[in-house]
Amino acid sequence: MKAAVIVFPGSNCDRDCAVGVERATGAKVEMVWHAEPELPGGLDLIVLPGGFSYGDYLRCGAMAAQSPVMKAVVAAANDGVPTLGICNGFQILCEAHLLPGALLRNEKLKYICKPVDLEIVNGNTRFTAAFGERRTARMTIGNGEGNFFAEAETLDRLEGEGQVVFRYANENPNGSARNIAGIINEAGNVLGMMPHPDRAFEAELGSIDGAVLFRSVLG
Amino acid sequence: MRARVQVFLKPGVLDVQGKAIEGALHGLGFPGVDHVRVGKTIEFDLAGSDAAAAEDEVKAMCERLLANTVIESYRVEVA
Repeated sequence: MKAAVIVFPGSNCDRDCAVGVERATGAKVEMVWHAEPELPGGLDLIVLPGGFSYGDYLRCGAMAAQSPVMKAVVAAANDGVPTLGICNGFQILCEAHLLPGALLRNEKLKYICKPVDLEIVNGNTRFTAAFGERRTARMTIGNGEGNFFAEAETLDRLEGEGQVVFRYANENPNGSARNIAGIINEAGNVLGMMPHPDRAFEAELGSIDGAVLFRSVLG
Repeated sequence: MRARVQVFLKPGVLDVQGKAIEGALHGLGFPGVDHVRVGKTIEFDLAGSDAAAAEDEVKAMCERLLANTVIESYRVEVA
């Protein structure tokens, strides 16, 4: 199994993603700099990590979505390569139009960093199958702009097609529309989520649910 | 030519910064303030002399990078 973690200037969870994927799955992980025009061949997973790519200038993820490597990421995602955007990576996937909607400033304007309880709304995706019958997970969020927004008809479609994968379970920390914490594309190979599986891959971190997610997609 | 692009959150999108500023202005004794919206202005020089063509070009820039039309609307002036 082989994964690539894309590194943008200002990414700060790229190492966490690499270590998390490696330890959870044994996959070989390559770090790919944003200026690369091509991805390594034979990838089983592409990860867009969290952080503050390009300093969040203009809009979170806007500049990163235009970087050279993203042409290759979009092509690979359209070819069916599993692609996971975490936090800033989710913002980049939206800005690159691989996922609908956008992430707005948190409702209360605060940067929020804490563990949250999640409902696994769709356990039949390639990213959530390893959770089995479980419908709850716990991971940490760390964002200032994690407030998912989409037009009502887009939200209806996402819900109707099973594209809402994670919801905030007990409280909605940032004002996200319909408590949405993670969505998947229509084809089922591109997942964007604000909670960090890369901060939940060993018991010492408080949760291993991130490892379950990584094993699900690379199992 | 000089281009001026203004980008604002669309009317239906909650502008939490605008709301916070509105609350602060009320607290400072300006009770008549309502519907505060925070946006940004992007200005730049643009080569060429055809204003209509330049405006089309700047709109293309807005669609591709300067605005996210899922949540934002934009206004373009070229002079």
